[in-house]
Amino acid sequence: MSCVTLSNIDKRFADGTQAITDLSLAVEDGELLVLLGPSGCGKSTLLRMVAGLEFPSSGEIRIDDTVVNDLSPQQRNIAMVFQNYALYPHMSVWQNLAFPLKMRDMPRDDIRRRVQRVAERLSLSELLDKQPKALSGGQRQRVAMGRALVREPKVFLMDEPLSNLDAELRLQIRQDIARLQRDTGITTLYVTHDQVEAMTLGQRIAVLRQGVLQQLGSAHELYARPANSFVAGFIGSPGMNLFQTPLRRDERGYALLIDGRPLYLRGGGYSEKVLSVFEGKTLQAGVRPEALRLTASGKDDFFGFSVTLSGVERLGHEVIVHFPAINRGGGYEAEHSARLAYQDGLQIGNDITLGLAVEDLYLFDPDGRAIARS
Amino acid sequence: MNPNRLWNIVNYLLLGMAAVLFVVPVLFMVVGSLKPEGRVLSEMGSLRAVLPTDMELQNYRDVFARIPFARYLWNSALINGLIVGLGLIVNALAGYALARLHWRGREAMLAVVLALLIIPFEAIAVPLFYQLSALGWRNDYLVQVFPFVANPLAIYLFYSFFLGLPRELEEAARVDGAGILRTFFAIVVPNAKPVFATVAIVSFLLYWGMYLWPLLMTVDEAVRPLPLAIATFYTLPPVQWGDILAFGVMMVLPVLVIFIVFQPWFVRGVATSGLKG
Repeated sequence: MSCVTLSNIDKRFADGTQAITDLSLAVEDGELLVLLGPSGCGKSTLLRMVAGLEFPSSGEIRIDDTVVNDLSPQQRNIAMVFQNYALYPHMSVWQNLAFPLKMRDMPRDDIRRRVQRVAERLSLSELLDKQPKALSGGQRQRVAMGRALVREPKVFLMDEPLSNLDAELRLQIRQDIARLQRDTGITTLYVTHDQVEAMTLGQRIAVLRQGVLQQLGSAHELYARPANSFVAGFIGSPGMNLFQTPLRRDERGYALLIDGRPLYLRGGGYSEKVLSVFEGKTLQAGVRPEALRLTASGKDDFFGFSVTLSGVERLGHEVIVHFPAINRGGGYEAEHSARLAYQDGLQIGNDITLGLAVEDLYLFDPDGRAIARS
Repeated sequence: MNPNRLWNIVNYLLLGMAAVLFVVPVLFMVVGSLKPEGRVLSEMGSLRAVLPTDMELQNYRDVFARIPFARYLWNSALINGLIVGLGLIVNALAGYALARLHWRGREAMLAVVLALLIIPFEAIAVPLFYQLSALGWRNDYLVQVFPFVANPLAIYLFYSFFLGLPRELEEAARVDGAGILRTFFAIVVPNAKPVFATVAIVSFLLYWGMYLWPLLMTVDEAVRPLPLAIATFYTLPPVQWGDILAFGVMMVLPVLVIFIVFQPWFVRGVATSGLKG
């Protein structure tokens, strides 16, 4: 049983690229932690540093109580599944599975027993004599998993293991991975750029952006309480609609401006005391696409605003509509979206009125940090 | 006739002429070696120079009678076998170190290797001769093998092939518990057969005909390679052209064998670009 602790990790490549900045993170014993972020955010670099394939410029990596900074990969007792599987093309499935054990000079009989056990567990028994090139994508993926599992490592590292599979297989193997990890209880670090994968697999998710840890928490925490506007916009499908707005105060209290009209914040959960700090400043505000609803204008409990549809995606049970962004021109996305219950007749070019409840609003300070609700 | 077809015909004609140009000297050598001495030169101007008629093996018998051919062949085989065999190990390791390992001075070393590619051996033969003579290395096998084991062309061929191998394979092996050398021998080498075949063929061809260096360094027939033996036929009268051609045929044969043995990998090396999957 083991845990991985990263303390103040910095990684700067030889060409001067800063890949990771002052990152601290602990993967607990038996946990599956997902590193999530857009491509180029440093998540794979981080994983490779835990594996020993890259070395941090500063900071400390510990597996259990051992500092492993200067240990080579083979001294760390970790296993890794690569994005393209990296099966040894000149070896049979059996030899691929036996390779990590051979490297540890395990007795022949033990190797046979372990390989057979893993092969049964992953339904690879029929394939043991085949060469990797004779296998399908899903089978290769299972061999790669088997090769990582056969050694019973302290830590399991997975670098986008599903990205080369088709959608159906991805769903199935995602569940297999979750079950396998639960059954074996091996501490796992899992890298992906796919938030659905992250949400479904990860007990906790670490969101990275440009080498900086943005937020660490459960799927629900990331969704319901994003730490900053990046996480808010990244999590969710589509992500949160973000826009810039001045914070004003008049006789009816604090208000945002949406397309020139005031939206009063009373009842939104933000205390006057907190808001007073930002009075007169330009804040970032956000609302989830699924929090918007279609309303008849003039109802009091929603702030209604009318939009012209620029895109309509029908998903069967619901429909995602796109429209020109609220307070457009503030440097944000050109389009916002709303996720509505399915209904016929929504067409590009239609004018509709969307309703926004004040308690569904998220506010971020000018630097993008979430403003706390009281 | 459509222009495409015309173009094809012209192409084949040109290629055919080139082929004839390459084949004729070899054919002349083989046919000439099988003729009585008197006809070799007298038939040069006719088609009979390349058409075998009334063949005999007398020239071959002469070669064996005039020089210890087996001894020369053995010397050449041993020297070349050692150069190629040791060279594959040394140059592959050097190429791997340049392609994959991180060490101070790697870039500079790579530049040096590339620079060495353009220096002809003849330019360093004499200084090398004095250096090794000072060490007392003369007139043995070692002095004919040692200077040629490390070869910049071979290093460069290995280097560029290893650069193109998918890095993940080696990383997987490292994570699976293999050290650098084990990764190299268990994972890299089995997936690099084409480059090994290429280097083996190229360096064998390069050194099989080596003349200047053994001439400088050896005096004793017991350690001299085949190319030096041919001098016997030019310098000791009578100059028998049939013998020379027979000797030539026997010297070319091993090269042909080596090429045929390694050729399947050689061709595959050119045809495949990577190892997907």
